[in-house]
Formats: sequence, structure tokens, C-alpha cells
Amino acid sequence: MLNIQNLQAGIEGRQILRGINLEIKAGEVHAIMGPNGSGKSTLASVLAGKQNYEVTSGSVEFLGKNLLALSPEARAAEGLFLAFQYPVEVPGLSTTNFIKTAVNEIRKYHGREPLDAVSFLKMMKQKMALVNIDQSLLSRPLNEGFSGGEKKRNEIFQMAMLEPKLAILDETDSGLDIDAIRIVSNGVNKLRTKDNAVLVVTHYQRLLDYIVPDFVHVLYNGRIVKSGTKELALELEERGYDFIRNEADVEQEA
Amino acid sequence: MSKDNYDHVETSMNEELSAIEKTVLSDYKYGFVSNIEADEAPKGLSEDTIRFISAKKHEPEWMLEWRLKAYRQWLRMEKDEPRWANLKYTAINYQDIIYYSAPKQKSKPKSLDEVDPELRLTFEKLGISLSEQKRLTGVAVDAVIDSVSIATSFKEQLSELGIIFCSMSEAIREHPELVKKYLSTVVPPTDNYFAALNSAVFSDGSFCFVPKGVRCPMELSTYFRINAENTGQFERTLIIAEAGSYVSYLEGCTAPMRDENQLHAAVVELIAMDNAEIKYSTVQNWYPGDKNGNGGIYNFVTKRGICQGLRSKISWTQVETGSAITWKYPSVILKGDHSVGEFYSVAVTNNHQQADTGTKMQHIGKNTKSRIVSKGISAGYSNNSYRGLVHVGRKAENARNFSQCDSLLLGDKCGAHTFPYIEVKNKSAVVEHEATTSKIGEDQIFYCNQRGIDTETAVALIVNGFAKEVMNQLPMEFAVEAQKLLAISLEGSVG
Ligand SMILES: Nc1ncnc2c1ncn2[C@@H]1O[C@H](COP(=O)(O)OP(=O)(O)OP(=O)(O)O)[C@@H](O)[C@H]1O
Ligand SMILES: [Mg+2]
Repeated sequence: MLNIQNLQAGIEGRQILRGINLEIKAGEVHAIMGPNGSGKSTLASVLAGKQNYEVTSGSVEFLGKNLLALSPEARAAEGLFLAFQYPVEVPGLSTTNFIKTAVNEIRKYHGREPLDAVSFLKMMKQKMALVNIDQSLLSRPLNEGFSGGEKKRNEIFQMAMLEPKLAILDETDSGLDIDAIRIVSNGVNKLRTKDNAVLVVTHYQRLLDYIVPDFVHVLYNGRIVKSGTKELALELEERGYDFIRNEADVEQEA
Repeated sequence: MSKDNYDHVETSMNEELSAIEKTVLSDYKYGFVSNIEADEAPKGLSEDTIRFISAKKHEPEWMLEWRLKAYRQWLRMEKDEPRWANLKYTAINYQDIIYYSAPKQKSKPKSLDEVDPELRLTFEKLGISLSEQKRLTGVAVDAVIDSVSIATSFKEQLSELGIIFCSMSEAIREHPELVKKYLSTVVPPTDNYFAALNSAVFSDGSFCFVPKGVRCPMELSTYFRINAENTGQFERTLIIAEAGSYVSYLEGCTAPMRDENQLHAAVVELIAMDNAEIKYSTVQNWYPGDKNGNGGIYNFVTKRGICQGLRSKISWTQVETGSAITWKYPSVILKGDHSVGEFYSVAVTNNHQQADTGTKMQHIGKNTKSRIVSKGISAGYSNNSYRGLVHVGRKAENARNFSQCDSLLLGDKCGAHTFPYIEVKNKSAVVEHEATTSKIGEDQIFYCNQRGIDTETAVALIVNGFAKEVMNQLPMEFAVEAQKLLAISLEGSVG
């Protein structure tokens, strides 16, 4: 589904990603961990097509298409979803309207008619139950004055509504209380099919108890320096990043 | 989710989304010129011009005298052409303007079906139906092209209720006692330079009189169109709401694209008696000029209402997207005790447009209240200023004002300015002012992009969110149109 080859990217002349290789197949869950500032959010932004990030080398194939050649909105329409680490606020724009626009713009991209109000509401109601989000939140302006946890829940609600092929969850667990982590994770799990995939970025093993990854990767200094199965996350939790750092630095010197 | 919630979500979605879902147009879509033969005054302004206009309109002698007096006053006001606004433009040559232009119609149509097909077509193109068959919209329309009113719809139905809704020319002929009694009582000819000019040469406009206790059952609307070249448009509107009555009125306007600037100088007067309410909405979409700032309408307008009676209310709502220059301060004189004045404004400037707009709330009566909500949106190289005055007189016990002035910037070459003036002469007054300036962030746009929404649509969503409080004030029939207009005006301003 997603094939990243030697991806190098940076911002304002500063290199942040130094050669990422990663393959994600349909039906899989991958987790990316790594110390603060290692480039996890940058990777997510580059995949989503954020302006100002400059790709200096490498390629990314997504569902057979050259992802890097697509506009951010086309990437979204092709099925790439990013749950933001810091969702932005848009004063005055009702969350429901925003989501309806998104749903219909993506339908338009695929040459489909917009959803009528009744079908849209039906869909909303169903997905609201999935992530246990409150109706009142959705009639409020987008993320404006939402608590940290509410913003994250809203991200997952949008993911449910847009039914992406690949969802990248950037620290969706941070800011969520214990119950919310469980609810949100359950939502993500229910949305899983053999045809879609999830890439979770997290600092904590806790989330991976709920969303069980097939693969865990450690991003350090712009590179994936270690990959493994879910046991790797447990090891990291126990030992911290120091052993990774040491290994990586030794490798770099060699 | 309860049934109520459904309804709520559904209506709010229908109101806001259909606008954005529609294909986005790329240029000023009203810029066409209709090929209509016109009956015009010679270029330039003199007493003869005024006599010409008055004669064309078969006006009574008193009206001609009134005009001439205004003209002489205007001549003496030469030094009073306003310079204080935050606007830059080449001086207007008042001798280079045609002050009267009327589409040639064989004879005055007796019914709307008799309106010249070419004229009809013009209004159809603008999306305005003059046909009474299309009652669905429930809007009575007075259509003014260049200097004259073409037709007024729903007249008979309104007159059964005693409501007079007609062109100003007709009111002068048919209801002289009302015109004499009220004309220029709110905006005297000497009020300002442009008001004096308008008084001298005004050509047409709408007149509306709602008698005691009558609630006008439909939206009244006037649609102004400048068609002919080199002409100015100087309309005059007068609305009187007698005790306990209610009326909601809306004006819209467009003009062809032309390289030279055209002058529009209107005067609007509103009078609300005891417990009466007037809601006046404007969707101003005069041709704004091209991307380089060539052409466009100079829009110098004096709009003022007086809350004459106890507990009366006047509410101005404006969506200003057009014109090269906008100079406009719809105001309310709060004379009656417990009267209420409101001003809701969205002003959009793009490319090289300049707007200096705001309001004046003059508290005279006791327990009077005013509310100002101004949303300025600037893009391109434009300049957008809010200028407001809240005046609380000595006798205005317990006056209250709340002002909110927000500016939204798109890009970094445009300007937003706020000039709030407050004069309080009574200690019991409470005057509050809040102001914010924000920018459409790249992060907001990227967030929308990431959800499959392209930048143009994202800007429309963000801007409509920003302007929502004002847009919600518009009559339903026009809200969607106005939202589309916001989106279109800002096209190409980001990315
Ligand atoms: N827009 C930017 N301008 C300048 N530097 C940036 C920008 N975005 C990211 N960086 C830098 O790139 C590096 C990687 O940042 P990134 O946000 O990808 O880290 P992260 O792995 O997501 O960290 P965290 O765990 O704290 O979220 C950091 O040093 C950061 O300061
Ligand atoms: Mg991060």
C-alpha cells in the first residue's frame, strides 16, 4: 500500500529525514516510536504533503501512485488520513459543516454525487457511536475551545467519517484520559479491515496494548534505526532510548 | 441524537454548504453590458442638468426647487469633499459624468409582462425574476437600472395592507405629502458633500411606507444596476415604518466591468416610529475593478436611520464585497427612549480595493442600546478600515453599546485598520469595545487540505466561519448568495 524508499526531506535547508525506508501492506498496523525531535511528525507532514517541507531525495508510492506528485487534497482523497498531533482551530466554522464538506469533496474527487443530508446524518450518527463523541461538540466551531482530549477524539471521528485507506495517527494518545484511550483505540480497531492500514506514532507502550502493531519502528535522528515486532515497544519502555542511541551512533561512526 | 438535533444540523448544513459546493466562479460574473438603448443627459453638471432630470421625471415644481437648492449648497461645499477617510484615489471630475441615463422603453409598462424583453433578460441574467409567477421566493423587487426604476413587483398585494412600495419618482408624483414630510429629515442635503450632490441629481430609488401596526409579509428588495457607460448612479431611498410596524428590506447591486471608474453616491433614510422595526440589509457587489486596480465603482454612500419612537429598532446588515472605493457609514440616531440600533458588517477587499466603512451610533434617548459587529477581510494589496463612532449624549441615561471589530488578513500585502471613536457625555453609559486581528494560517489551510478540501474551498470555509455572526443576520433568501459572493471575491487571494 505504502512504499517509502530512501526518503530525505527537510525544511528551510535543514535536513530532518535522512533516508527513510518503510513498507506498509494492507491490513497491517505499524507503530513508529522515537525520541522527541527525531522526525516522526515531519514524516507524517511530508507524507500528507505539507507545504514548506522539501523532499530532497527518495520516493513514496501509495496504492500504485507517486504520492509526492499529488496535492495534499488529492492525497487525502486517495485515502491518506493524518490525525494531527496538534489539530488547529477554525473559529466560526462548525465542525459538522467542515466534515460534510470534506466527505463531499472526497466524493467529488471520485466522481460521486454529494451525500444528501439524511444519509450524511445517518452516517454521522453511526460513527459518533463508534468513537463515543458528543453531538454538541460537533455543532461547535472546529476545535475552537475543545479540550486536548476532545480535539483528539474529533480527529478519530473524522477518520471514521472519511474511511481512509491509510491512517497516520500522530500521538493521538497524548492528552487522552485512560478511558478515552480505550474508547478511541476500540474505534480505530473497529475501523480496521483487510484493505486498510494504520501507522501510529506514539511515545507509549500503553496505546499499543489496545492497537496491537504488527511492526514497531524506531525513528532516531531522521532514520529508522530499528524495526521489530510488538516486543520491541516493550523493550523500549523498559530500557529507554539510550541503547538505541548507542547502537545507532556506533553504526554511524562505522 | 434527538429529532431536534437532526433538524438543527440539517438546516445549518443546508444553509452553509450548498454555497460552497457550487462550482466556484473565477471572475466578476456580473460584468456584462446589456445592449439597451438609453436616453441620456449630456455629460456634466449644471442647473440645466438638474432641470433636465426633473423634467424627464415629470416632477412637480417644489421638487425641482428642492434639487436646485441642494445643488447650490453643493457648489458652496467644494472644500468639504471628504479627505479624512483612509482612502487614496484620483480626484473625481464631476463634469465628466452623465447624471441621467434611462433605458428607452416604448412606454411605461403597465404590468411586468410588458417590460422590454432585453431588460427582462438583463435581470434574469442577474438571477432576479421580475415575474410575479415566481412567488416562491416571497420577495418583492424594485428593479432600478441606471437612473430609473423599471418595475416593482407584488405592488397590489402590498397595497392591500396599506404598504406603499414603489420607485422614488413615483412616490414624488403619487405621494407628495409623504415625501415632503419625510425626505431629508434624516440626511439633510447639507449633511455632507456626497449627500448634497445626491440631493441635487438623484434619479431614482425606492420608497417604502409601512402603516401603523402592519408587519410587512415579505422581504422588500431593490436591485440596482449600472449599465450605461460614463454614468453615475445616484439613488435615493426612503423607508418609513409607522408605529408598531415591521419591514425587512434588502438592496443588491452590480455593474459592468469597465476600465474607467464610475461614481455611485446614494442616500438612504430610515424612520422608525414607536415600537417599529426596520431591518435593512445590503449585499454590495459593484464592480471592484480588475486585478491591477483599473476601473471599478467609487461608492460614496450616506445611510442613516432614526429611531424616532419609543422602543423602536433599526438594524443595518451589510455585506460589502464590491467597489474599488467604499465610503460608507450606516448610522442610527437613537432618539426614542429604549430604542435599539444595530450594525452588522462584513467588508471584503481584495486586489487593490479600498474600503473605509463603519457606523455611527448616536445615543440621545434614555436606555438606548446599540450593537456593532464588524468583520473586515483583506486580501491582495487591499486596504480595509473600520471607522466607528459611539456617541452618548448628556441625557442618554443608561445607554449601552457593545462593539466587536475583527479583522482577518489573507497574505501580508494588505492592510486592516480600526478607528473606533467613543464620546460619552453621560456617566451612566456602558460602552464596550473589543477588537481582534488574525491571519488565515497556513496550518488552517493545510488542515482542510488534509481532509480533501482544496485551498479555494478552505478559504471560503474559514472566511464564512469568520463572518458567520453577520451572515446569520441576513434574510434566509440572500444568505446563500452572500456566502458564495464572499468566496468568489477572495478567489486567487491565497496560494
Ligand atoms: N517547521 C519547522 N521549522 C523548523 N524546524 C522544524 C520544523 N518542523 C520540524 N522541525 C524540526 O525538525 C525536528 C523534528 O521534528 P518533529 O516534529 O518531526 O519531531 P517528532 O519526532 O515528531 O517529535 P515529538 O516527539 O516531540 O513530537 C525537530 O528538531 C524540529 O524542531
Ligand atoms: Mg511529533
